[in-house]
Amino acid sequence: MSATWSVVRSVLYVVGLPLILLAAWWFATADSVSPYNPPLSEIVATIGPTWFSGDTFADTRFVQDILPSVGRLLMGYAVALVVGIALGALIGAIKPLRDFAEPVLEFFRAIPPPVMVPVLMLFFGIGTTMRVFVIATGALWPILLNTVEGVRGLDPVLKDTARAYRLGAWSRARRLMLPGAGPQIVTGARQALSIAIILMVISEMFAARDGLGFSVVQFQRSFAIPEMWSGVIILGLLGVVLSLVFRVVTDAILAWYHGYLRSQRGGA
Amino acid sequence: MTARAAPRGRRAGMPSWALGAAGVVTLMLVVEVVPRTGLVNPDYLPPTSVILQALAERLQTPEFWVALGDTLVTWITGLAISVAAGVVLGVIIGMVPFLRAATASTIEFLRPVPSVALIPIAVLLWGNGMEATLLLVVYASFWQVLIQVLAGVRDVDPVASDTARSYRFSVRARVRTLVWPTALPYVMTGVRLGAAVALILTVTGEMLIGTPGIGNLLATARESGAVPSMYALVVVAGLLGVVINLLARALERRTLFWHPSVRGEVPA
Amino acid sequence: MPTDQPGSMLEVRGLNKVYAGRGEPVEAIADLSFRVAPGELVCVVGPSGAGKTTLLRCLAGLLPATAGDIELAGSPVTEPPPGMAVVLQEYGRSLFPWMTVEQNVRLPLAEKGVPKAERTRLVAEALEAVGLADVPRSYPWQLSGGMQQRVAIARAAAYEPQVLLMDEPFAAVDAQTRFELEDLVRALWTRLGVTVVFVTHDIDEAIYLGERVLVLSARPTVLLEDVRVDLGPVRDQLETRGAPEFARLRTHVYELVQQAKKGVRSLADARLTHAG
Repeated sequence: MSATWSVVRSVLYVVGLPLILLAAWWFATADSVSPYNPPLSEIVATIGPTWFSGDTFADTRFVQDILPSVGRLLMGYAVALVVGIALGALIGAIKPLRDFAEPVLEFFRAIPPPVMVPVLMLFFGIGTTMRVFVIATGALWPILLNTVEGVRGLDPVLKDTARAYRLGAWSRARRLMLPGAGPQIVTGARQALSIAIILMVISEMFAARDGLGFSVVQFQRSFAIPEMWSGVIILGLLGVVLSLVFRVVTDAILAWYHGYLRSQRGGA
Repeated sequence: MTARAAPRGRRAGMPSWALGAAGVVTLMLVVEVVPRTGLVNPDYLPPTSVILQALAERLQTPEFWVALGDTLVTWITGLAISVAAGVVLGVIIGMVPFLRAATASTIEFLRPVPSVALIPIAVLLWGNGMEATLLLVVYASFWQVLIQVLAGVRDVDPVASDTARSYRFSVRARVRTLVWPTALPYVMTGVRLGAAVALILTVTGEMLIGTPGIGNLLATARESGAVPSMYALVVVAGLLGVVINLLARALERRTLFWHPSVRGEVPA
Repeated sequence: MPTDQPGSMLEVRGLNKVYAGRGEPVEAIADLSFRVAPGELVCVVGPSGAGKTTLLRCLAGLLPATAGDIELAGSPVTEPPPGMAVVLQEYGRSLFPWMTVEQNVRLPLAEKGVPKAERTRLVAEALEAVGLADVPRSYPWQLSGGMQQRVAIARAAAYEPQVLLMDEPFAAVDAQTRFELEDLVRALWTRLGVTVVFVTHDIDEAIYLGERVLVLSARPTVLLEDVRVDLGPVRDQLETRGAPEFARLRTHVYELVQQAKKGVRSLADARLTHAG
């Protein structure tokens, strides 16, 4: 009885407030005649026709705009991860190099990534390359600098152990630096993910002829307000889904770390 | 034991600040030489000297300083709203277990919604006014602060909390003597993260919505094909970011000298 | 016991180590020379701050010597040499927390070029030998301190080194565990025939474990005396520690260390009241 109640209660905790908010939105806008603030029912009703209808499935906005946007996002993010971690490990491991590069890296990190959109447009026009590049160069810095920090902060005793047992460079990178800097890298990767999503949208809003961000701005400019709202909702859902996936993946990678932290806290 | 803490000896070489300065100079030289030799089209990447000249010209125009002031006002206003709202809501939600449980899913859901998704709505509501950009800035940096404050309030020692309760401390006394001192370092971390995000979204809003500021100057420079000016403004945006980061870190360090993330930087 | 084989496994000649930091250079080791025969178990004791850890890190090739030579099996040590394993004091930090016990022990073997099937056998044997056969899939931080140090010892044993260096390995475990681990080291040494250099600040431990005890002076370090320990090949926590010879050696080394603390830098200058 009490077990059932506690399950019901935790479900209520999870869905309660979101349902209340949605209901509030629904009823508050139900009779809305304001063009800017259409009824939620109308917005929901436009999602299907706007994004998922076409002569063939391949003609839908889902395939034409959303999937390519997500593809570019993932591509740019992947590039940032690979380059950021590799370069970060290298810079973090070599002290003179770190001293040499750090101020420059701090500067690049501090540049608000959106200002790189017009610069990269000079080089790559407004096509896919530019957008992938914008996402990659924006997402790179938090990953890179956090990797540098993580590798720098590796326990000297572990480094000595790896040296004493003559672990080679590759083995040291894979067995010592990557997992040792893992928690820091994940922190950087999380910041980078939200920057990547922002840049995906911005690069499409600023200069593009297709994509999710472009579509949303088009709807706004043509005063197709319910469609615009549906696009905003899809963007929001995309952010939520990506952050969930990120959480699942990194929880699996860092399972050891969470256990380690718990053991440190318990034993202190 | 003491021997191990001693530096590695004769390999000291150049001090790190000199290496860092050398890194900056190297970057400037590369950007000077690469376009001059034609390796990269100077129409796309002007040499350092040309960029600096454009920067010097900009610095002499009053419109630059007005724009810089606009950017700073938007940034600090947005940050202040986020911090105030984040701290107040964070303390209230954090101290009431029911609220914490009931809002957790909503916060987790709303947080990853990319703030730039709100751009079309902001434009509809406020055109290119500062409010439109403020909406983005506040939405993005509010979560950074809120999450940190919640973590800080959760960190309050349960024994101390029970003690305070058993002595029938008033809510106000509990906040002042218990919750606030514990949460303060977290608040400062939230301010630091929020400050960086706020700058990104300030510039984004200026570029995309047209709110007056540095980002807007950059967009104008792009439209008129003033490439050296674009780069000069990118440099300004980057330096602004560096200054904000340094200030935020200094502020953070002053309040959280005992916190592990700072303590870890003291050589072991 | 193979103590009397000719030649030396480890030879140290005129070792000198100066830390040249930003401030005053600090001379940690003034002049040290000694040899360790193949299969010998040598303990190093000295007052705290005697540069014991510095010596061990030089032997391990982790720290470059300022002057002098270190040779392992005839080849100079300038970086961590093959055929050498180390067990450090900080057991909690020398094990990779993201690897299981089994993975920790296995890690150096792949690097050494041991074939896969052989690795599995060596790891199993080493874990068995240290009494950890039942926890291969645990993570180190799930184990007690003593057990973590056993993992580090198993890692060294599975590596099948010619020389095993141990830096105050039991300084941070409780007394009971300490006795067990001392016997474990003796047992492994007898079984593997490995050369062991064991650094400790505990005089009883040094005498109980060693065939020889090197007594160091305070910093800058020189060798005060090379004490031979004739307690036989089989040691027993009760009998050995109760033996008159143990008591005599203990008194002698204790006095030497006390003198070293007062700054005595040669055996001739040491005033020993209990002549051995």
